[in-house]
Amino acid sequence: MSATTLSALAAQLKARQISSRELAQQYLDRIAALNPAINAFITLDAGKTLAEAAAADALIAAGQAGPLTGVPIAHKDIFCTDGWLTTCGSKMLHNFVAPYDAHVIQQFKAAGMPSLGKTNMDEFAMGSSNETSYFGAVKNPWNPAYVPGGSSGGAAACVAARMAPAATGTDTGGSIRQPAALCGITGLKPTYGLVSRYGMIAFASSLDQAGPMAPSAEDCALLLNVMTGFDPRDSTCLERDKEDYTRDLDKPLSGLRVGLPKEFFAEGLNNEVAAAVEAAVSELKKLGATTVEISLANSKLAIPVYYVLAPAEASSNLSRFDGVRYGYRAPEYGNLDDMYCKTRAQGFGAEVKRRILIGAYVLSHGYYDAYYLQAQKIRRLIAEDFSAAFKACDVILGPTAPGTAFKLGEKSDDPVEMYLNDLYTIPANLAGLPGMSLPCGFDSKGLPIGLQLVGDYFSEAKMLNVAHQYQRATDWHSRQPEDLK
Amino acid sequence: MKWETVIGLEVHTQLATKSKIFSGSSTAFGAAPNTQASAVDIALPGVLPVLNKGAVECAIKFGLAIGATLNRVNVFDRKNYFYPDLPKGYQISQLAKPIVEGGALTIQVGDSERTINLTRAHMEEDAGKSLHEDFHGMTGIDLNRAGTPLLEIVSEPEMRSSAEAVAYARALHTLVTWIGICDGNMQEGSFRVDANVSVRPVGQAEFGTRREIKNLNSFKFLQQAIDYEVRWQIETLEDGGRIEQATVLFDPDRGETRMMRSKEEAHDYRYFPDPDLLPVKLDEDWIEQVRATLPELPAAMQVRFQGEYGVSPYDAAVLTGSRALADYFEVAAKACGQGKLAANWVMGELSAALNKADLTIERSPVSAAHLGALVARIHDGTLSGKLAKQVFEGLWEGAGEVDAIIEARGLKQMSDSGELEKIIDEVMAANTKSVEEFRAGKEKAFNALVGQIMKASKGKANPAQVNDLLKTKLQG
Repeated sequence: MSATTLSALAAQLKARQISSRELAQQYLDRIAALNPAINAFITLDAGKTLAEAAAADALIAAGQAGPLTGVPIAHKDIFCTDGWLTTCGSKMLHNFVAPYDAHVIQQFKAAGMPSLGKTNMDEFAMGSSNETSYFGAVKNPWNPAYVPGGSSGGAAACVAARMAPAATGTDTGGSIRQPAALCGITGLKPTYGLVSRYGMIAFASSLDQAGPMAPSAEDCALLLNVMTGFDPRDSTCLERDKEDYTRDLDKPLSGLRVGLPKEFFAEGLNNEVAAAVEAAVSELKKLGATTVEISLANSKLAIPVYYVLAPAEASSNLSRFDGVRYGYRAPEYGNLDDMYCKTRAQGFGAEVKRRILIGAYVLSHGYYDAYYLQAQKIRRLIAEDFSAAFKACDVILGPTAPGTAFKLGEKSDDPVEMYLNDLYTIPANLAGLPGMSLPCGFDSKGLPIGLQLVGDYFSEAKMLNVAHQYQRATDWHSRQPEDLK
Repeated sequence: MKWETVIGLEVHTQLATKSKIFSGSSTAFGAAPNTQASAVDIALPGVLPVLNKGAVECAIKFGLAIGATLNRVNVFDRKNYFYPDLPKGYQISQLAKPIVEGGALTIQVGDSERTINLTRAHMEEDAGKSLHEDFHGMTGIDLNRAGTPLLEIVSEPEMRSSAEAVAYARALHTLVTWIGICDGNMQEGSFRVDANVSVRPVGQAEFGTRREIKNLNSFKFLQQAIDYEVRWQIETLEDGGRIEQATVLFDPDRGETRMMRSKEEAHDYRYFPDPDLLPVKLDEDWIEQVRATLPELPAAMQVRFQGEYGVSPYDAAVLTGSRALADYFEVAAKACGQGKLAANWVMGELSAALNKADLTIERSPVSAAHLGALVARIHDGTLSGKLAKQVFEGLWEGAGEVDAIIEARGLKQMSDSGELEKIIDEVMAANTKSVEEFRAGKEKAFNALVGQIMKASKGKANPAQVNDLLKTKLQG
């Protein structure tokens, strides 16, 4: 594959140098070759993919092509996709064929972008390593002994291995940014409410947000243009005018104030990651940015707050998986309660059950005030820290994760160690702010390092501008795993 | 020992919106199972609720009608529990911040009036139905009703007898149908009552332990269930037993309440604010727009009826038992200009005939205009009460206008004094004994003569005129 940026692919399609069908077939061939080792996809359906590509070719032929018409994309298996198996990485939905399209899927279909398949993920998006998937762990394309991060691990891995030019992801506590960092790609979690959650299987409703994952910031801007747009079916979706997220990509960075939260460069951060992020800061300074130290004092409470609120919402959101109407039902049971117990005991994996139990506990009578209400108060304090910080800076910069990818199985027996991987990403979810991760180097093992930008509400265009300018000056984002080239 | 009964009611009223509270599906009753259940109603993965503004407006109307506080910011919560006809595994309801708080309703029990305070009213969604018949040991689930909007109206525990509880439930039923937020159909479950009942020794300040009787769908069952429950509680206590907090069901066939679940089995619903829905904000403009759509309320109308038509407080209360009845009365009263007489006819002859035929006022064969015309003919002396009843029968049968019936059936009261005098003379001549007895001081003889005269006139003689003329003649 010669071109891999979305704008280059779209240009080739428009110039009729390649058809959408041919392009889709090339990616399907690469998936057939690489996926058995990576396990980035749960469901592939070449027939559907090629039919959608043929429809895109017809649009191009008719001169009705949009900016990305004909460019294929992979979708996280959390998005309901009409006629496709939609599992959310769980045995509970191993047989669930969605009868409707999520809003995000509709948007990409309307843009004429064929679906390459449904990507692997941590079960119900609960995990930071993609090891909780019922369909097996995803391997990091940079080294298959390592995890790709999670929960959008399949999405990050398929883009890193160039099995797809782009993918959709969702981010509740870092599920786009952390795997993007660990796989060396660019991923963006928009402001909460910017992208409709309709048809996106809920983990923690007040935190979940869909976003784009692709090699570059420019790609992400083009994808965000497709994904956004008011949807009355999601009451938390904000009614605002559509923006062009590519509009500021080429702005120079002179005068940009970059906030460096001292808490994000403190104990617990891997030295190689720290060095790479600091090098990126120097690069931005060369491009005209200035830096200012800021404090996000309450962000140290982000993990405990998150692990009260997200499980609380999840325990309720996952109640609908009861074996009554769809999905898995235990083959044998005595009475109704037995059916519920066996279905949920057998249908959910250990991490999901752990979080349902935590969530039910913190919401229960007598504990609600001490946990749930207290966590909501701290959540507000964390958001206020950010508001104060944005008075002094335009964008906040730090590491995406405290380290690079870890080995498969290394942390799966220690949930708290695993949870610490989202230390830097969770605060943006709690505050509802946009955040993105972009590649900024490699460690001594050859594993990618990601840096995170967090912007003020609706400042996606600004963040993409910063990321794009950085990517014009560096080439980390265009590197590919040597043996997969 | 003397016991006092304490009752509080929780009433689930189904709001009269066309579509469900969080989806666009129809709320119409009686469709084939699951034909009115959308992706949202069956809780497919990924679906989200969107609040129906119409349901909020119904709640605003109710709050305004009972003089309650409307919480300008109110919040939907999730009530979590597992049941096959509860598709999401939680019900969306309002716990901590309901839309309506406070307010009061005036009830009439016999001749006395009482004001019952309300605690709150909140919006929530209904569950579906579990169907246990016809599935050979399995349970069928019909989700047509799932997501139907409800307003749960909770009273303070201020009622002291089953009669008061029924009067409150009736007044509430009248109000919610009056303001058009509920169709009031109790058979179809549009108005369901839960009664919290306890007893305590007269004079004791603390409440006794209550038991909640669930899902009473008629006023008769409400009365029977409370009466049984109160007797049972008193007997239990007098036998040295204790009342355990519990939820019970009323079995109308046996006339008994029986235990559904004890306090120990009560759920922990793990309520928390629904993150899929924003807090509901009521701005003043919206509230005023809704207020402008409210009809004149029963309490205001009662006061007006007393002043405008001179009816008693009791009659005013009866006449405002429903909006249809009040409208009927008012049309009839205006048509004849005789409010009190019209009220007597509406509440007397008409109500009796409707009851006998098992008809509601909306389906009365006698229109309000016709009844008014009939009352006018009584007032102007054309008809006696007795003749009027015959005309009423004609109206009921659809025999035409009032005057046409009077004409066709020859029911006009005889008021021509010449003709009447002739009859009186004849009757006096034929009943000389009675005439003499009267003149000898036997008052009763007078009535016997009147009876004969009425008979001779075939009932058409004007009784007042007969009285006057006969008196004159007997004294002459």
